[in-house]
Amino acid sequence: MTLLDPVWTSLLYLAAAVFFILALRGLSSPRTARRGNLIGAFGALLAVVTVFLSARLDNIPWIIGAIAVGSAVAAPVARRVQMTQMPQLVALFNGVGGGAAALVALLELSHTADPWVRVAIVFTLLVGAVSFAGSGVTFAKLQELMTTRPIVFPGLPVVMAAVLLAAVGTAVAVVLTGSLALAVLLMVLGLAAGVLLVLPVGGADVPIVISLLNAFTGLAVAASGVVLGNVLLVVAGTLVGASGTILTRAMAAAMGRSVAGILFGAFKGGSTAGSTAVSERPVRSSSAEDVAVLLGYAQRVIIVPGYGLAVAQGQHTAAELALALEARGIEVDFAIHPVAGRMPGHMNVLLAEANVPYESLKEMGEINSEFRMADVALVVGANDVVNPAAKTSSGSPIYGMPILEVADARQVIFLKRSMRPGFAGIENELLYEPQTSLLFGDAKDSLAKVLGAVKAL
Amino acid sequence: MDGMSLLTVTVLAVFVGFEVVSKVSSTLHTPLMSGANAIHGIILVGAIIVAGQAADPGILAVALLAVVLATANLVGGFVVTDRMLHMFRARKDVVRQEAPLKEATGREDAK
Repeated sequence: MTLLDPVWTSLLYLAAAVFFILALRGLSSPRTARRGNLIGAFGALLAVVTVFLSARLDNIPWIIGAIAVGSAVAAPVARRVQMTQMPQLVALFNGVGGGAAALVALLELSHTADPWVRVAIVFTLLVGAVSFAGSGVTFAKLQELMTTRPIVFPGLPVVMAAVLLAAVGTAVAVVLTGSLALAVLLMVLGLAAGVLLVLPVGGADVPIVISLLNAFTGLAVAASGVVLGNVLLVVAGTLVGASGTILTRAMAAAMGRSVAGILFGAFKGGSTAGSTAVSERPVRSSSAEDVAVLLGYAQRVIIVPGYGLAVAQGQHTAAELALALEARGIEVDFAIHPVAGRMPGHMNVLLAEANVPYESLKEMGEINSEFRMADVALVVGANDVVNPAAKTSSGSPIYGMPILEVADARQVIFLKRSMRPGFAGIENELLYEPQTSLLFGDAKDSLAKVLGAVKAL
Repeated sequence: MDGMSLLTVTVLAVFVGFEVVSKVSSTLHTPLMSGANAIHGIILVGAIIVAGQAADPGILAVALLAVVLATANLVGGFVVTDRMLHMFRARKDVVRQEAPLKEATGREDAK
């Protein structure tokens, strides 16, 4: 086959690297985000075409077949996934990327005797394996295949330290000997470390860990670029590593947490996370008609949408209810917490999917001072983001997270399926307050009933 | 490429990475994470190189697994990010088409 001149190869890889930089730049502004993503995809396509034209490759039919299999599996899943399940899909894609990087490094081990290259190999193996296994656990947590509560067992820090020490020892041995068997052992240790790293992380913090593991995979890819002497992999991986680190910190800041606190908070013990027991205390429940009366004779209503609304696909009904109330001269806004949903910015994506006009979505900083002027705060399927425990209970897993101050509203109505606690696994004191009433049921059904009752007023 | 230039490129890339996403609104955290996720799927290039060098069937099998995984990361990552962002962009067009939400835009314009 015809091979590209090495200079052209380098130039094409450089172009792909520039496309990736432009992609990340575009993705950080709403107007250019979609174009940015497409530029990134074009850069990736360019790089893959370049490798086929420039490297001396055997097994080409097999490789193309494998690419076809990978695309055939991923594209339909990515296209059909419910937007509510998108965080776990991102985790899954991140994990397989980390796994791919680890496998590439493993196979390159026999091709080199250079100790520095072997250092890059052991780094890729370890970080890639941590990212693969860690992402698997985050996937299981988000998909609710396992409990979303932090899992800690006595001696976890000791086990973690032992695994890490063993990994470092094995890594040194691999660098010195180049042994394939030890490299496989290192990968296994990396997998164990990944699991141990994510198990103690509570539900609400899982998205931040996905972002962190995303940065890890970036670093693993960068190191594999060193192994293969491929500058594009070095640049792309480093870009993702660096931007992922910034993003992780930004997300953690949006929740009022530190990254170290999220990862190791549960180690310190005394974690109150985790009561899923249903409390026996009395709450005030109401009927759709009562709720309609409260809403229909208010002057100012603030709707607080949460994950429960999205799961029930009740966004359209919520928008209709807002219109019906406005037709009665009531001022209505949607208050969006930055981490409403399952990850930062998720609620904006979900409501955008339901065509709720972007302009009626008010951010937390903008709306918080308005709750005290509101007659009714209507909380639909949200819990953790309005839980005052974030301010008052220092042992709580969400302590320090900025919340929507719905408690300031004259009346608070919760539309909830049950008394089961939210994603963070903690009770919400607000449910027992005298100004609070609850309407139990599926968010969409409840909204439809309230809508009907408002129209009948 | 020699070690020193590789190190130079790496350090510069770190700064570029920090710079390009230093001011991102929380609205875009999720798509940006997903987009960055797609970009590290470029490990596919490495997986293709390794598979192209494989002589032993066992090694080829492992390399092809890496190709499948990397492709899933790359293709799936870009597709899911595009879907998310499509919703952001399509908002106004869709609002105009859908009768029940027409008033909503009117209301917002009136503010």
